[in-house]
Amino acid sequence: MLDGVPAEMSELPFRILPEVTELNRSFWTSGSSGALHFLACDDCGYMVHPPAPVCPRDLSKKLTPRPVSGRATVATFTINHQPWMPGPELPYVVAIVEIEEQPSLRLTTNIVGCAPEEVSVGMQVRVVFEHRPDPDGDDIWIPLFEPRSDGPAR
Amino acid sequence: MTQSSDEQIEKRSCISGIGQSEIGRRLYRDPLELTLDACIAAIADAGLTPRDIDGLSTYPGMAATPPGFSGAHATQVHDALRLELGWYGSGIETSGQLGSVVNACLAVGAGLANHVLCFRSVWEGSAQGSKGRKSAMAGAGRGGGFRASGIMEWTLPFYAPSAAVWVAMFAQRHFHQYGTTREQLAQIALNGRRNAQLNPAAIYREPMTIDDYFNARIISTPFCLFDCDVPADGATAVIVSRRERAGDLRRRPIRVEAVGTALRGRPSWDQFDDLSTMANRDAAAHLWTRTDLRPTDVDVAQLYDGFSFLTLSWIEALGFCPIGEGGRFIEGGGRIARDGELPINTHGGQLSAGRLHGYGFLHEACVQLWHEGGDRQVANRPEVAVAAAGGGNTCGCMLLVRE
Repeated sequence: MLDGVPAEMSELPFRILPEVTELNRSFWTSGSSGALHFLACDDCGYMVHPPAPVCPRDLSKKLTPRPVSGRATVATFTINHQPWMPGPELPYVVAIVEIEEQPSLRLTTNIVGCAPEEVSVGMQVRVVFEHRPDPDGDDIWIPLFEPRSDGPAR
Repeated sequence: MTQSSDEQIEKRSCISGIGQSEIGRRLYRDPLELTLDACIAAIADAGLTPRDIDGLSTYPGMAATPPGFSGAHATQVHDALRLELGWYGSGIETSGQLGSVVNACLAVGAGLANHVLCFRSVWEGSAQGSKGRKSAMAGAGRGGGFRASGIMEWTLPFYAPSAAVWVAMFAQRHFHQYGTTREQLAQIALNGRRNAQLNPAAIYREPMTIDDYFNARIISTPFCLFDCDVPADGATAVIVSRRERAGDLRRRPIRVEAVGTALRGRPSWDQFDDLSTMANRDAAAHLWTRTDLRPTDVDVAQLYDGFSFLTLSWIEALGFCPIGEGGRFIEGGGRIARDGELPINTHGGQLSAGRLHGYGFLHEACVQLWHEGGDRQVANRPEVAVAAAGGGNTCGCMLLVRE
């Protein structure tokens, strides 16, 4: 199995998927390349998330998907015990992580690959994609995060 | 810097009447009827008739989801009472639930109307029925074809459909950054329940102990069941009048001293610049720039508790204590009790009195300023109250003074 690529879809629990649009396609599908991508301004470099047609810093419309390392830090989290929807095994962790290259850019995500009680604020994590094939459209790669030893990129 | 001035438009407005419908966990009554019950009560309370009402404002207005979130649209009330309006408006994209009341203040200040009927109506209890709150979650029951879009695009795919999960993460950050504890947070729920025991209209009135709190099931850490409000049915209405028209009114109105509507951070839960505060930081700071009164002048505070942590966050945002000190401020519960230095949520809050979604706090602020709280009335005739509603990226607040 490739690093970060989970087992067959048939083994994956129910998960609501995003509606893919021209604007967000690079975010939700770029996991196929193995790297998380954000829309970045060609002029000033600022990464714009959620995706928008204009850079809020310099109002440039020249935005291009850019890969990042996938490294992030847990800014906060919660261990959810409530069965809001079918799918996940309880309890599970919902977290907000800060992207290493631009810490003000955050993602709400799930922390996987460790027990819920091992998650802490400040924990170093890296992206791992859950591949959701879609026979009718774009395959979606859900960016989840797992613990990493705090060293150079692996 | 204080910019307070008699020219500030909200100071030309006042609250002249309040009303509430029957309130219950699940009433299975027509939500429009509940709404009209509250509206008619508020109009009468002000000493007015529907003919006098020339403005109409509500939150959120036309909204199909989540189920029961909007008990009536502006248009329905407009027509049901055959109102003749100089100004009206509704919507969810405003400074929290009280944004709709602020809009009414602006309308009367601008001379577009003299007496604005404002209402907030929910029937989430009945609408969800026995299916539970998860039935109200976006995407629920829609099968594999449903796709998340809008703001839910960034939370639903991660099994985070509820504000309980989102607010829990802010609470967790506060716990981490400032050492806030569940024992401290429990005081919001316990204080609400103590006050609800003296409020005949409250939904949950049986005593709650700290052991009850710690024995309750966890929803999403650090929140247990008692940190989360519960869907309910009920409507609340207030009349905002032009102060020059006080002669029309049955009793001395409550002056709107200042409002706070600012949202300076990103309008987002997870992209907001500081995860230990929320939009209430901006709304509250804004309020204090529009008055010469200070936090120490406030006699009673009605602070949104859709989740317990939101009240703590409002306490800090409004400057009743420094940011980060909220846990210690409420520790033991004495300071925020009815006989404490800052009585909070004297009707029981949404946690115990029912999730009336924002307007319940404004209603109770008026009850206390009119000294009509009965068994739960705060002593020493309070003269200044703050009402605050909302959490996350939508917040608004009002400072009210007994004339």
